[in-house]
Amino acid sequence: MREVDLAVVGAGPAGLTAAIEGAKRGYSTVVLDMNPRPGGQLIKQIHKFFGSREHRAGTRGIEIADTLFYEAASAGVEVIVEAEVYAIHDSTLEVVVQTFAEDSLILPSEEATTSRSRPLSIAARRIVLATGGAENALSFAGWTLPGVMGAGAAQTMINLWRVLPGERILMVGAGNVGLIVSYQLMQAGGEVVAVIEATPRIGGYGVHAAKIRRAGIPILTSHTIVSASGESRVERAVIAKVDASWEIVPGSEQELEVDTICIAVGLYPNARLASLAGCELHYFPGLGGWIPVHNSRMETTVSGIYVAGDLSGVEEASTALEEGRLAGICAAASLGKERAGDHDEIKAIEGRLLGLRSGPFCQHRQDAKQELIGIGEAQCPQQ
Amino acid sequence: MRVVHHPILGNLPEVQQVRIWVDGKEIAARKGEPIAAAIAAAGIKIHRHTTKREEPRGIFCGIGQCTDCVMVVNGVPNVRTCITPVTEGMTVETQHGAGRGGR
Repeated sequence: MREVDLAVVGAGPAGLTAAIEGAKRGYSTVVLDMNPRPGGQLIKQIHKFFGSREHRAGTRGIEIADTLFYEAASAGVEVIVEAEVYAIHDSTLEVVVQTFAEDSLILPSEEATTSRSRPLSIAARRIVLATGGAENALSFAGWTLPGVMGAGAAQTMINLWRVLPGERILMVGAGNVGLIVSYQLMQAGGEVVAVIEATPRIGGYGVHAAKIRRAGIPILTSHTIVSASGESRVERAVIAKVDASWEIVPGSEQELEVDTICIAVGLYPNARLASLAGCELHYFPGLGGWIPVHNSRMETTVSGIYVAGDLSGVEEASTALEEGRLAGICAAASLGKERAGDHDEIKAIEGRLLGLRSGPFCQHRQDAKQELIGIGEAQCPQQ
Repeated sequence: MRVVHHPILGNLPEVQQVRIWVDGKEIAARKGEPIAAAIAAAGIKIHRHTTKREEPRGIFCGIGQCTDCVMVVNGVPNVRTCITPVTEGMTVETQHGAGRGGR
């Protein structure tokens, strides 16, 4: 049985910042991630981020991932990749490290073995869950055919692995993910036939939509996908106009010859592990779905288990970076060594989070988080 | 299809080649990439067939969350090909149902 002060699940922006704060305060900190490399979904974000300079606007996500991993390694954080946490009980994480590789990327310690699957139990005094989110599916005739995939899956394939999953693509959803990934599919050499959006308005930022339109790709609002079909894989899609009550307008159907259909209809928090650990969940549609109830210190209803990032409400990488720091500082402070600057740092993070959650696109998230934290303050363990 | 030229990421860097066998056919993969990327680059879209209806399935989430892309790897069924890197000489088979012995 390994023993650590702080165990973090997920090596994305929230998990890595939480771990950095723990390690900086002198606590033994381990990060577990099931992927072969750390960075979470930052490693496929090749566009420049928006926002203020303190949130690394103008920097591409891939660069932020590198910086964070370097910072974590320098602080003494141990990151174990290809490590799946499948249970948490009595402050112990049950992990299976799965790999076929002989030179497994377990970093930086050399605990790797060449076995494909190796169990590992880690007793942790504090746990931060930063398991992120996953893409929503959309049900329509033919939705399970190979070639129908999440927009994020396509983004991973082109930007991280440099493989174009298809040549003629239909994008379903004109939020920021749908718009950005459409543009990136073009950059990778794909042909985006159309972007369709069921609501009457484009959900993403105008600047992203403008880039798509300048490239001559139609963005069809009030349009939905009716079906995908083909022999064992997508060969065509049928789309149609919808009216104000979301009914398909008869006769408006059109067939598109495509080999790939990307679904960009939002994400949900990946709360499976939190749920297994006994954290109470609450449903917040504006934050993506079922979310572990947490207080202002990011602690859940299970004492000693904290959450951060998309798991505690689907937002942006910038909010995940802040929430991770907040969870890391609070988890470390609860271990008994509150540092002189902690209080000011927490206030500063809260101020920046408020800034990130203001404005016409984001105010609803601030309102939902406030409600969530209100529930958390009543239900979560008191300090 | 490999994305060889890219306006932001530049040209595809050269890396060590790794050979894998997919349903008996040799495929050239790039060291460090997951199985799903290697077979997508080779034009393969079907990863498995479902237990009851034998329906084809391929990549859906690409990040290890959904398990739609599982295949039989080195004889082990239910391996998520999107987060499992290739290794030299690896054998990959289209999975039927729950995998070997599981139908």
